[in-house]
Amino acid sequence: MSIHVKSMDVKDIIKKENLVYKKSPLMTDNVLSYCPGCGHGTVHNIIAEVIEELGIQSQTIAVAPVGCSVLAYEFVDIDWLQAAHGRAPAVATGLKRVMPDKYIFTYQGDGDLAAIGTGETIHACNRGEHITIIFINNGIYGMTGGQMAPTTLAGMVSSTSPYGRDVSTMGNPMKITELVAQLPGTYYVTRQAVHKPSNVRKTKRAIRKAFENQTLKKGVSLVEVVSNCNSGWKMSPVKSNKWMEENMFSFYPLGDIKVDGELVK
Amino acid sequence: MAKQRGAIVVDIERCKGCELCIEACPTSVLRMERKVNGKGYHFAYMEDPGECTGCINCAIVCPDGVISVYRVKVEA
Repeated sequence: MSIHVKSMDVKDIIKKENLVYKKSPLMTDNVLSYCPGCGHGTVHNIIAEVIEELGIQSQTIAVAPVGCSVLAYEFVDIDWLQAAHGRAPAVATGLKRVMPDKYIFTYQGDGDLAAIGTGETIHACNRGEHITIIFINNGIYGMTGGQMAPTTLAGMVSSTSPYGRDVSTMGNPMKITELVAQLPGTYYVTRQAVHKPSNVRKTKRAIRKAFENQTLKKGVSLVEVVSNCNSGWKMSPVKSNKWMEENMFSFYPLGDIKVDGELVK
Repeated sequence: MAKQRGAIVVDIERCKGCELCIEACPTSVLRMERKVNGKGYHFAYMEDPGECTGCINCAIVCPDGVISVYRVKVEA
């Protein structure tokens, strides 16, 4: 269709045949329970789009964590299980072994995957289960009120480290993604973000690859998404994304860490 | 020269006013409405619709998926 630019009204553009983007039909109409500007919603939509594009809605089973995304089954229209805190990789292991042809993925935050579930995560990755792990890292326990997590940066203020994380008494922040990349059971390990359109596109490619890897049966694919927690960090959404760029990315650099079973970083 | 014109539709009642779409827009089309929706959030709207190219950047960064994007090709 070709019309002269001056004569064009917005009403002429907003027509069914000109639609180029809307939220994935796999996203339900329930209003997301996340705070304004939270990266969880963006990642949910990416996962829904990938599942829709691969046409695996009826073959996908997700395992929800404990944390803000505990209600994820309300928002993405696929089969979900909800695991005990941190146990999502163990539950996913069982599911994948019983139903090896299904696409099984866990969706976990840093409090779930890198704190209480460290053991399950490391051992699932070491066993090389053919599952996908989506790991949202915002450096804080978001749901319970912004307490310090293992992933909290050195010097970062949280509600339980009000003067900043002092590594001499509170320990160092943990890069669990780099840690599991060293294990022989992981096949694809990458770290992405969703604060900018370009990063959203990269994250989508990474998550798509992580899902496609399941058919190869070569081990765990883990996609870490560095995200914001504007409520926990006590910032506006835009400001928290800027803060994340300036502070989080120097410690949690974006990019692939392990591709096709080979360390690239 | 072919040019693209775009337009967006915001699901006003689901918008949470996080303003990430405004940051993402390369042609600075979007602003926050002074009015609020039923939940008390300001919501995004097209202040300058003539500049919209339908690039979908605003829609893919929207955490709540409230933005639908339409695009047509036009002759300049």
